[in-house]
Amino acid sequence: MTVIRALLDLFIVLLMLAPLAGCGPAGESAEPAAAGNAATAAAAPGLDITEDELKYGIGPIRRVELGPLDDELAEQGERLFEMKCMACHRLDERYVGPALRGVTERRTPEYVMNMMLNPGEMVRRHPAARALLLAHYTEMPAQNLTEAEARALLEYLREQTAEGREEREHDRGHDREHDRRREGGASTNP
Amino acid sequence: MARTIPRSFVLGLAAGAAVAAFAYACRTTGSQGALDADVASRVYVAPGEHDEFYAFLSGGFNGQVSVYGLPSGRLLKIVPVFSQNPENGWGYSEETKPMLETTFGFVPWDDAHHPQLSQTDGVPDGRWLFINANNTPRVARISLATFETEEIVEIPQSAGNHASPFITENSEYVVAATRFSVPVPQRDVSIADYKAAFKGTLTFIRANEPGEMDIAFQLLVPGYDYDLASAGKGPSHGWAFFTSYNTEQANTLLEINASQNDKDFIAAVNWKRAEECVAQGRGRQVAVPYVHNYLGEDRVARSERKAGVRVLEPADCDGMIYFLPTPKSPHGVDVDPSGEYIVAGGKLATVIPVHSFSKLLAAIEAKAFEGEADGIPVLRYDAVIAGEVQNPGLGPLHTQFDGNGYAYTSAFISSEIVKWKLGTWEVVDRIPTYYSIGHLMIPGGDTREPWGRYVIALNKITKDRYLPTGPELVHAAQLIDIDGERMELLLDFPTMGEPHYAQALPAELVAARSVRVFDIQRNTHPHATRSEADARVERRGNTVHVYMTAIRSHFTPDNIEGIRVGDTVQFHVTNLEQDWDVPHGFAAMGVQNAELLIMPGETRTLTWVPKQPGVYPFYCTDFCSALHQEMQGYVRVAPAGADVVLTSNGPGQGRVLAAGGGR
Repeated sequence: MTVIRALLDLFIVLLMLAPLAGCGPAGESAEPAAAGNAATAAAAPGLDITEDELKYGIGPIRRVELGPLDDELAEQGERLFEMKCMACHRLDERYVGPALRGVTERRTPEYVMNMMLNPGEMVRRHPAARALLLAHYTEMPAQNLTEAEARALLEYLREQTAEGREEREHDRGHDREHDRRREGGASTNP
Repeated sequence: MARTIPRSFVLGLAAGAAVAAFAYACRTTGSQGALDADVASRVYVAPGEHDEFYAFLSGGFNGQVSVYGLPSGRLLKIVPVFSQNPENGWGYSEETKPMLETTFGFVPWDDAHHPQLSQTDGVPDGRWLFINANNTPRVARISLATFETEEIVEIPQSAGNHASPFITENSEYVVAATRFSVPVPQRDVSIADYKAAFKGTLTFIRANEPGEMDIAFQLLVPGYDYDLASAGKGPSHGWAFFTSYNTEQANTLLEINASQNDKDFIAAVNWKRAEECVAQGRGRQVAVPYVHNYLGEDRVARSERKAGVRVLEPADCDGMIYFLPTPKSPHGVDVDPSGEYIVAGGKLATVIPVHSFSKLLAAIEAKAFEGEADGIPVLRYDAVIAGEVQNPGLGPLHTQFDGNGYAYTSAFISSEIVKWKLGTWEVVDRIPTYYSIGHLMIPGGDTREPWGRYVIALNKITKDRYLPTGPELVHAAQLIDIDGERMELLLDFPTMGEPHYAQALPAELVAARSVRVFDIQRNTHPHATRSEADARVERRGNTVHVYMTAIRSHFTPDNIEGIRVGDTVQFHVTNLEQDWDVPHGFAAMGVQNAELLIMPGETRTLTWVPKQPGVYPFYCTDFCSALHQEMQGYVRVAPAGADVVLTSNGPGQGRVLAAGGGR
């Protein structure tokens, strides 16, 4: 059985290579490659996803080094957030998508950036992103962000998360801005 | 064990598929393969695979351009050009209405005949496609990055802009000529005064600067019908050739009265000489208005009125124009890839005359003239003719070239393509077409370096080729393989409108530069709403501006109140998406207008004049997401003079309510 399986795999690989053999026109890849993750990490049991992908998300971001909060970068992120995110996200309420304050405590920075940069594949393959789709119904649209822009947005979300933490500590009775347009549903964590 | 048998079977299938995939991939680049006997497989493009060529077919009386993939014949896109297109709001949205302005006012339709790709060094470069409007003379430029009409210039002192927009080697000019001579200047005059008052014009339009298309100069020529054109190339670069008929100058029943002369003329224009004369200030500036429309950086069209053109008469500029006698009411004129041969399609002639460019130069030098027509030297036929193709089929019209020394001429009456050899003029092959071929097109077949491989027959009559669809049938195109010694019919495919001429080029020259989204951060539209935070309504007098955003899957605002009968409402909808292939649509009940289709990152405006009080739903018309059906909203319209405050649930409303609130 295993030999046959291995042969089958070999033929599938051949099949995939055939158009690349110098004859056909080079087809454009429809999916952003996540091959790096797949090649380097062991498969997570029972899922079509690697341990690496589970932790860091699926997309172009491998590792992000976080330093102290960069105010300027966070400000850039805020402007981007207003243009590209706030049509669907609020910080403290469920809207079209989940509330985002605290996301940087729940997820790795790589996951957060990969979700911004590669939402289509994340929603299809990552169990956490998939669960959020089932809770929110609308598939997160790719907003054509550069990696630098996603990094700025991450900084903004870090800043907002830190501010939220301070508020919780110092002002537990804070009355959050209410959205008068839509009733917020049950909160879920992005 | 029972399980291993199907696995082996699957294994075999996989191996077979791998071999087939490999064979297919190889077959598409080589002409002679094991599968050549199977004609269907030679036009088969497997699901998910791409075609080898983009083909651009004019839409004729639909005023549009159709984009097809070859060899599959699959329709990829309709680009609206001269005709309003309610499907996407072209010519209905405030941003695009100015594109259809002319000196006659707004013209919602035209008849588009000849697409022409921009060229660099005589080879299509994939930047733009030009096309003519035959009825109200104009030339348009379409971007091949966005597949969108970006610019239209009107041709003054012209009518029946048929010999257009044939292009010069480095896109210096596209040309335009009067098929219908008209009084110049236009005025109220008896038609019986045709010979005295009617003139033709040959117009050269600067084409190489986007947004700056303009008329460089116009040649005033005798009042014949100028039919088609072709620019010189290589040694003949700097010249352009125009066929004429009706040198009889008839103004009624032309089918008899314009078929009297044994020969009409090809006008050979030395446009570099014309440039010199213009630079020397010769000719005269004529104050005749025309309109130039173009899409700005903000993706809003402007229409500007130009004041006049530089007109040259033959007497103003010696050496600028010569006539080549050509039998018999010639239609097409086509210059071969070498630039030496000028092939005419004398539609009533029994031969295809081929003029020689080098003989033309020698004849001018030797003054081998047989006379003059309205001050234009007429060269002796025998001094310029290179050869005649005998027995070329009945009603020869147009010629394309394969770059391997062969020419392919369409013959309308005998309904065939005739292949003949340049230089020896012998017919080597012919293939019937179904039915009554007009133009034909080889990829690059009118350029210095044809890509060859296929010729497409663009047929005028369809009859029994498809299932009947009542009195009107689609026009039929036919794809014919020209790689072998004999032409071979591969495929029929239906077309939109009436394709007259077409152009094609390898897919990679266009695909690589195709735009996917418009950057929302660079949206400089004056009514853009770049962030949902700014979505709002504003009143300025009787006009209500709705600054609306669209993103999967909601409009903001989606509840609007305080509009009154008597108001004009402008919905400025910005699509906040930045993802490829996610347009949003916008339509509202009872709006006497088209819908909007708004591309990602773009703003488009729909004007509505509500006439009755009520609540009007609006919705997204382009299925966008799982919650597309939820993408809807309401506009409330109150009676005239009602005291309903203008308001909306847009987040940007707070700061404008004071300014925009109801009385």
